[in-house]
Amino acid sequence: MSNKIIRKEKLAENIFSFTLDAPQIAKNSNPGQFVIIRINETGERIPLTIAEADKADGTIRIISMSIGKTTMFLSGLNIGDAIKDLLGPLGQKSRIDKFGSVVCIGGGVGIAPLLPITKALKEKGNDTVSIIGARDKDSLILEKEMSLASNEIHICTDDGSKGYKGFVSKRLSELITKKDGKDPCYKFDRAIAIGPPIMMKAVCDVTAKFNIKTIVSLNSVMIDGTGMCGTCRVEVGGQTKFACVDGPEFDGFLVNFDLLIARQNYYLKEEREAVEYFTKEHPDGKCRLH
Amino acid sequence: MENNNNKENEKLKKKFKTKMPEQQPDKRMRNFNEVALGYNEEEAILEASRCLQCKKPKCIEGCPVEIDIKSFIGLIAKKDFKGALSKIREKNSLPAICGRVCPQEDQCEKMCILGIKNEPVAIGRLERFAADFEDSKDCAESDSVSSVKKERISENKSKVAVVGSGPAGLTCASELAKRGYKVTIFEALHKAGGVLVYGIPEFRLPKKILQKEIDYVKNLGIEIKLNSLVGNTYELDDLFGEGYKAIFIATGAGLPYFMGIPGENLNGVYSANEFLTRNNLMKSYLFPAYDTPIKRVKKIAVVGGGNVAMDSARTAKRLGAEHVYLIYRRSEKEMPARIEEVHHAKEEGIEFLLLSNPVAIIGSCNLVEKIRCIKMELGQPDSSGRCSPVPIKDSEFDIDVEAVVMAIGQGPNPLLLNKIPELKLTKKGNIEADSNTCKTSVKGIFAGGDITTGAATVILAMGAGKKAAFSIDDYLSNDLW
Ligand SMILES: Cc1cc2nc3c(=O)[nH]c(=O)nc-3n(C[C@H](O)[C@H](O)[C@H](O)COP(=O)(O)OP(=O)(O)OC[C@H]3O[C@@H](n4cnc5c(N)ncnc54)[C@H](O)[C@@H]3O)c2cc1C
Ligand SMILES: Cc1cc2nc3c(=O)[nH]c(=O)nc-3n(C[C@H](O)[C@H](O)[C@H](O)COP(=O)(O)OP(=O)(O)OC[C@H]3O[C@@H](n4cnc5c(N)ncnc54)[C@H](O)[C@@H]3O)c2cc1C
Ligand code: SF4
Ligand code: SF4
Ligand code: FES
Repeated sequence: MSNKIIRKEKLAENIFSFTLDAPQIAKNSNPGQFVIIRINETGERIPLTIAEADKADGTIRIISMSIGKTTMFLSGLNIGDAIKDLLGPLGQKSRIDKFGSVVCIGGGVGIAPLLPITKALKEKGNDTVSIIGARDKDSLILEKEMSLASNEIHICTDDGSKGYKGFVSKRLSELITKKDGKDPCYKFDRAIAIGPPIMMKAVCDVTAKFNIKTIVSLNSVMIDGTGMCGTCRVEVGGQTKFACVDGPEFDGFLVNFDLLIARQNYYLKEEREAVEYFTKEHPDGKCRLH
Repeated sequence: MENNNNKENEKLKKKFKTKMPEQQPDKRMRNFNEVALGYNEEEAILEASRCLQCKKPKCIEGCPVEIDIKSFIGLIAKKDFKGALSKIREKNSLPAICGRVCPQEDQCEKMCILGIKNEPVAIGRLERFAADFEDSKDCAESDSVSSVKKERISENKSKVAVVGSGPAGLTCASELAKRGYKVTIFEALHKAGGVLVYGIPEFRLPKKILQKEIDYVKNLGIEIKLNSLVGNTYELDDLFGEGYKAIFIATGAGLPYFMGIPGENLNGVYSANEFLTRNNLMKSYLFPAYDTPIKRVKKIAVVGGGNVAMDSARTAKRLGAEHVYLIYRRSEKEMPARIEEVHHAKEEGIEFLLLSNPVAIIGSCNLVEKIRCIKMELGQPDSSGRCSPVPIKDSEFDIDVEAVVMAIGQGPNPLLLNKIPELKLTKKGNIEADSNTCKTSVKGIFAGGDITTGAATVILAMGAGKKAAFSIDDYLSNDLW
C-alpha cells in the first residue's frame, strides 16, 4: 500500500479532496466506513470518511476540512506525497436496503460521508431527496455529485448566498409540513443526517415529530479505531457504545448528543496549543514533508 | 575483625539477591527513563555465582518456555556473556523483554532452590543482563548473536499469516521463519509489538529495546504489514485466497472493560488502554512536539490492582500529578501486579486505597470532580481461593479528583471473531483452542496468547506462539488436522 496522493482538489476555502492509492482498502470498503490516518512520525491518528472507493483503480477519496493541526498539515500535502499511515476500512457499513423514500441531510464537511451513502441508496432503487447546507455558497461542497446521486436536491446556506436561507433542519421541517405551500407534501420512510452534532440533533428533533427513523453518523474523537481504547465512547439508548466499531452510524433518536459535544470539546485548549505550535513551525501555513 | 566482616558479607551475599541499581524515586518520578538500570559485569558475575548449579535444577520447571537457566547462568559466571545469550535464545526470542517484565516471583524464581531459605537467584535480572550485553561496546557488531543472517526461506514451504504482532505473534512468526516458512504478520496499529508498544510504559520497557527485538524478528525474513486490520483491511478469505495455508490468530485481550457505574462517560474518565496508548504509542507526554494531547492533572484516581493499574498510576505521577490514588477492592496481598512494580509504585508516592471500590463518578459540566467509593472487607475464600470482597454498609466516601483511569481488566476484541461465525468461542468470548496444539474449531486456523487465555503474561503468550509454530509446522508437513 503506497498511500500516495494521486489527485488533490480544492473544494472550498479550507476543504480539500485527496485521491489516494490504497487498493486493499478500496477493495473491502463500503459506504459509511472510514479510515484513520497518521500524517507523520509525530502525528496523531484522526478519522476521515471514505467519500468514494474505486475498486477497479484501487483508489479511495477522502475529503478533509482544515480545522486543526492534522487537517491543516494534510491540506499542505500535494500529489506524490504519501500519507504515512492509513488504516481502514473501519466501522460498520451503512445499511443499504430498499426503504422507499429517503431524505439525506448533510451539513458542511458532513456532505462528504453522505455522498457514498446517498449514491448507494439510489442505486438500490430508493427515492433520494437530499438537503445539503453550508455557511455560504463558497463553503458548499459536492453539489454536483450530490445532485447526481439524488432524485431531488435542496441547497441551503446560512446567509442565503445560495439556495434556501437557513438551516437544513428548518428546510426539512418545511418539506414535511408543506410550509412552503408547494405540493406534494413529502413523505419520508427514512432519514440520514451527517454533519456537526448540533445539526444532527436539530434534524432528529424534526424527524422525531413525524416518527421518521433517522440515522446519524457520530464523529467522536478516536485513537485506534479498532475498539481497543474506548476514547470514542458514546451513549446510545442509555448504553455505552464505541463509535469506531459499533458505529459510526446510530439511531439518532437514541443518541446523547450533549455528551458527544462535551467529549469532542475536552481537548480544545490543547488543540489550540497544537495549532499555535504548528504555525510557529510553519509560518507560511505550508508544511514540508521532507 | 576484618575476617569476620568478610564472612558476614559472604553470608549476606548468599542470602540476598545482588541489588539492582535503580534511578532514585524522587528523580525518576519526573522522567520516563527506565527505572531499573541493569547489572554491570561484576554485579552479574556476583549474582551468577550465587547459583548452586543444581544437579536437578528446579528453576527450569518454572519457566514457561523452558530456558536452560542453569547453563546460561553458569556461562555468565564464567564471563561468557555471548554464550549465555545464545543459550537463552535457543528457547526465547525476546530475552531483553522477558528479563524485564516476567513475573519471576511466580515463575522461574519461585522454583529456585535457594528460595527455600534465602532469596532465589535473580534469574530475570541475569537474563536481562545477557540480552543487554549485546548493546554494550564490548560486544563487536560481528559477534552479536542477533545479527543473524537472513534465514533462507525455502521456496517449497508454505506461506503462513500471523494476525497480531504482540509477543504471541512475534514468537510464532520467528519460530516458523527458523523452519523456513514465509511468514507475514498483520498488525492493526502503526507500530509492531502489541501491548509491549502501546501498553507497557517506557520506564519499564524502553521502546528502543522492543525495537531491537523486532528488528531481530524482521532479520529472520518475516514481513510485518502494519495498518492492516484483519477482518476489515483483509478478510480472512482474502488471506486464504492469497495462498496463506495456515493462520495464527494472536489478537490479544484488547477490549477495555468499564465498571458500569454512573459517570463513567464524563470527560476525564479514561480506560487504562486509552491513557497508556496516548502516552506510549502516541507519546502524548511529549505534547506539543507530538500531536496527541493528554490532560496533565493534579489529582487522579486509578482503579485496579494489576500491572496495568500500576503502569497507569506511575505514568500519571510522571505527568505531574501530585496525588495519585490507587483504588483496589481487596488487600495488597491479593494484588495481581508484580511485586517489584508495587514496590516501585509505593516508592514513587502512589497512595494506595485498599479495600475500597468505586460506586460512582461525580462531575459537573461533564467533567469529573469526585469519585465515590465504598469500603470493603474480605469475605470467605471463593472457588478461586481468593477472598471475595464485600461492601461495608454505609461506608461511602468521596475523593476529589480531576481524572479517573479504569484499569479493571480487558477482554477479547470481538471485531475479527464476529466475522468467523464457525469459530468456537468460550463463554467469556475468547477463542477456544487446544492448549497444546493451539488448534481452533476451524481447519487451518490456530490461536494463542491473550485471545485464548484472557489477559495473562508476556511469557505465556510467547509459549503459546511457540507451541503454535510446532503445531503449524506439523499440520503443513502432514496435512493432518
Ligand atoms: C467516523 C468519523 C468520520 C469523519 N469524517 C470526516 C471527513 O470525512 N472529513 C472531515 O473533514 N472530518 C471528518 N471527521 C472529523 C475529523 O476526524 C476531525 O476534524 C479531525 O480529527 C480534526 O483533527 P485536527 O488535528 O485537524 O483538529 P484538532 O485540533 O485536533 O481538533 C479539532 C476538532 O476535531 C475533533 N477531533 C480532534 N481529534 C479527533 C479525533 N482523533 N477523532 C475525531 N475527532 C477529533 C474535536 O472535536 C476537535 O474539537 C470524521 C470524524 C469521525 C469520527
Ligand atoms: C499495561 C500492561 C502491563 C502489563 N505488564 C505485564 C508485565 O509486567 N509482565 C507480563 O508478563 N505481562 C504484562 N502484561 C500482559 C502482557 O502484556 C500480555 O499478556 C501479552 O502482551 C499478550 O500477548 P499477545 O501476543 O497475546 O497479545 P497483545 O500483546 O495484546 O498483541 C495483540 C496485537 O494484535 C493486534 N490486533 C488485534 N486485532 C487485530 C486484527 N484483527 N488484525 C490485526 N492485528 C490485530 C493488536 O493491535 C495488538 O498489537 C501487561 C499488560 C498490559 C496491558
Ligand atoms: S523467560 Fe521469564 S520465566 Fe523464563 S527464565 Fe526468563 S524471566 Fe524466568
Ligand atoms: S534452581 Fe536456582 S540455584 Fe538451582 S540451578 Fe536453578 S537458579 Fe541455580
Ligand atoms: S477509537 Fe479506540 S475504541 Fe474507538
